[in-house]
Amino acid sequence: MSNPTTKATREFLKPPVTEVGVIGWLRSNLFNNWYNSLLTVIVMLLFWQLIPPAFSWAFVNSVWNTSAEVCRETDGACWSVIPQNINFIFFGFFPEDQQWRPGLAMVLLIALVVYSKNRNHWKKSLGIYWLINLVVMASLMYGGIFGLPVVETDQWSGLPLTFMLALFGIVAAYPIGVILALGRQSKMPAIKTLCVVYIEMIRGVPLISLLFMSSVMFPLFLPDGVTLDKVLRAQAAIILFSAAYVAEVVRGGLQAMSRGQFEAADSLGLNYNQSMRLIILPQALKIVIPPTVGVLLSVFKDTSLVVIIALYDVLKTTKVTLSNPKWTSYSTEAYIFLAVLYFICCYAMSSYSRKLEKELHTGH
Amino acid sequence: MTPSLILRCIVSFLVSVCSYHTGSPLQSEPSITPDAGLQPSAAPFWRDPAKRAIVFQVAALLLVASVCYYLFTNTQANLERQSIATGFGFLETEAGFEIGEAMVDYSAADSYADALLVGALNTIKVSFIGVILTVILGTFIGIARLSSNWLVARLAAGYIEVMQNIPVLLQLFFWYAIFYETFPSPRQALNPFNGVFLCNRGLIFAVPEAHAAHTAMGWVLLIALVAGWGLNRWGRRRQALTGQIFPIIRVTLALCLGLPLLTWLFYGAPTAMNVPELQSFNFKGGITISPEFSALLLGLVFYTAAFVAEIVRAGIQSVSRGQIEAAMSVGLRPGQVLHLVIFPQALRVIIPPLTSQLLNLTKNSSLAIAIGYADFVAVTNTTINQTGQAIEGVALIMLVYLSFSLSTSLFMNIYNKKMVLVER
Repeated sequence: MSNPTTKATREFLKPPVTEVGVIGWLRSNLFNNWYNSLLTVIVMLLFWQLIPPAFSWAFVNSVWNTSAEVCRETDGACWSVIPQNINFIFFGFFPEDQQWRPGLAMVLLIALVVYSKNRNHWKKSLGIYWLINLVVMASLMYGGIFGLPVVETDQWSGLPLTFMLALFGIVAAYPIGVILALGRQSKMPAIKTLCVVYIEMIRGVPLISLLFMSSVMFPLFLPDGVTLDKVLRAQAAIILFSAAYVAEVVRGGLQAMSRGQFEAADSLGLNYNQSMRLIILPQALKIVIPPTVGVLLSVFKDTSLVVIIALYDVLKTTKVTLSNPKWTSYSTEAYIFLAVLYFICCYAMSSYSRKLEKELHTGH
Repeated sequence: MTPSLILRCIVSFLVSVCSYHTGSPLQSEPSITPDAGLQPSAAPFWRDPAKRAIVFQVAALLLVASVCYYLFTNTQANLERQSIATGFGFLETEAGFEIGEAMVDYSAADSYADALLVGALNTIKVSFIGVILTVILGTFIGIARLSSNWLVARLAAGYIEVMQNIPVLLQLFFWYAIFYETFPSPRQALNPFNGVFLCNRGLIFAVPEAHAAHTAMGWVLLIALVAGWGLNRWGRRRQALTGQIFPIIRVTLALCLGLPLLTWLFYGAPTAMNVPELQSFNFKGGITISPEFSALLLGLVFYTAAFVAEIVRAGIQSVSRGQIEAAMSVGLRPGQVLHLVIFPQALRVIIPPLTSQLLNLTKNSSLAIAIGYADFVAVTNTTINQTGQAIEGVALIMLVYLSFSLSTSLFMNIYNKKMVLVER
């Protein structure tokens, strides 16, 4: 049976062209009222003013791999400062003929980090891989075996140093931070006070003061004749500093746990150790993933502060390069390159944390 | 025993200590049964949580004390061997170094204490201006991030993402390099507006010639601010009693602008300007903002503003839509919705993380040393290098920044108590 209205309803009215497609999108996102239209126009004008000269500076009039003399004659960016000095920027004072060693160590590190990103690989074997990799990297950097000449730590510089300070800073600070957070939540007054004093004191002072402490004060703490490497001292300062920040983040997670979870763990007859390891920490650490990554990112960025106590991380090697009169006026280019480098690392970390957060989200 | 070993001992000890916990009341209170026959034999003390707790704490304190003692004796032996006098006596001796920019009179003949004061004032100066600019810029970008204009929102998001992911020290170097390499020498100084010069000696601009009117205007402004504060209290009370809203912000703004203007007119509207003039190598007159200060300020503000913007965005988004709709449905105008409903609720979420970011800015201002601005840390570092008083110097740095942080957290705790959500 045919209904006379069926045919009529089949003829759908198409939406007006101004509401869909490109025009619709433009209308609803850029020109939805007079105020937004004005803003759009202003921003467009700014782009029109800024982008063409910036583009021609960076890409059109620029030179990419030339000597410093050619650079003087161009109007654009002299990116040559980077490829011409890349060995020094990346590896610093590591002996020239041995630079494949830190290079290989970094490749190994990055490969393992990429491998660890997949959660299916999170097994015991991953820990063993990391241990093996750390030993291999350490022996590659230090040498002394397989006929590799020894390279003292004061020659370690550039990118490997930055990565090392950041990696060990993060890896060591995290467990210490968790312990400090647990200590702060402890019911024993003496333990609690010690942890609170430590955390608040460290969080109250800038990292620089700890780095100064490591470089000028720490040698005074050691008995006569004992010296500790400068890099290790800075590393210790970074770890001690970051641990306090991790502790505060973890404390937030612990406080967010409902009492029921603690009581349920107790009523199952788990002791403190078990209830923390099996019930509380897995949940508490999960909910603080975003702020934890924030802390870890700042550890990575803060490693650049070792410049001030004259350690040659990648920022310092760049500065040394720029102190060469030949390249001294191309610091903008060099700093942009470094900024891109840091940005890629940090962005990778933060986008991974967003992914991890989504994967671990179990829906409550 | 190397310090790293000691550290490891402390850590492993802390693990074992923390792994013990007095736990739930069920565990901590040994059950007492009146029936003597059924009473279990007393638990050995290492199984009694209360006693174990005491043992652990005493052990922890002893360990910390012995580590401190060990470090202390080492330090004393080292100081003796290097014949460094301890104590703060060096503060009285002559500093012997110049400081580029000082807010109070200072010369190399003054004492270290004076030099440190100059440094502390410089830190406060850059932090204070930086905090104000950061809050303004951060709020602006945070709101732009939520704009319904796609282009503006994307631009703000891009700014936040880029600035957050680049170390602040690198940004400082970048701005400093811009000042020193991109800007011309004083002779070819850029002159964007009349009386404003931009060159590698910094930003130089004209200021009004000193006149009695300016002091008077300052006082009048202070009076206007106090009046605004009083008006705010009165307006709130009136609103709470009668429900009538008094336009406090507009009236206060009018007072703050109008009263000084009237004073200025009253003094005969002095317009004489102290214009900078180029003399052989540098500018004379006007006010100069050094490249070090500008680079530090720009770097800190641009970096911290990205974090503040995220905080502001989160704060505004934390106010549920229902609140806004409810406010509109009771007939409030958009401005009133913002002022009476969104703002008070968003501020509660914004203020605590905002304070911590602003404290971060203050602490990051210690990076000044890397670009040669004479802040407290830079001056202390010079002092340490000259006198060898490393312990006292580092202790001073820590003390100054700790007092900043602790006083801020004290203030914050009071504020939080006042603002805490009173739930049923």
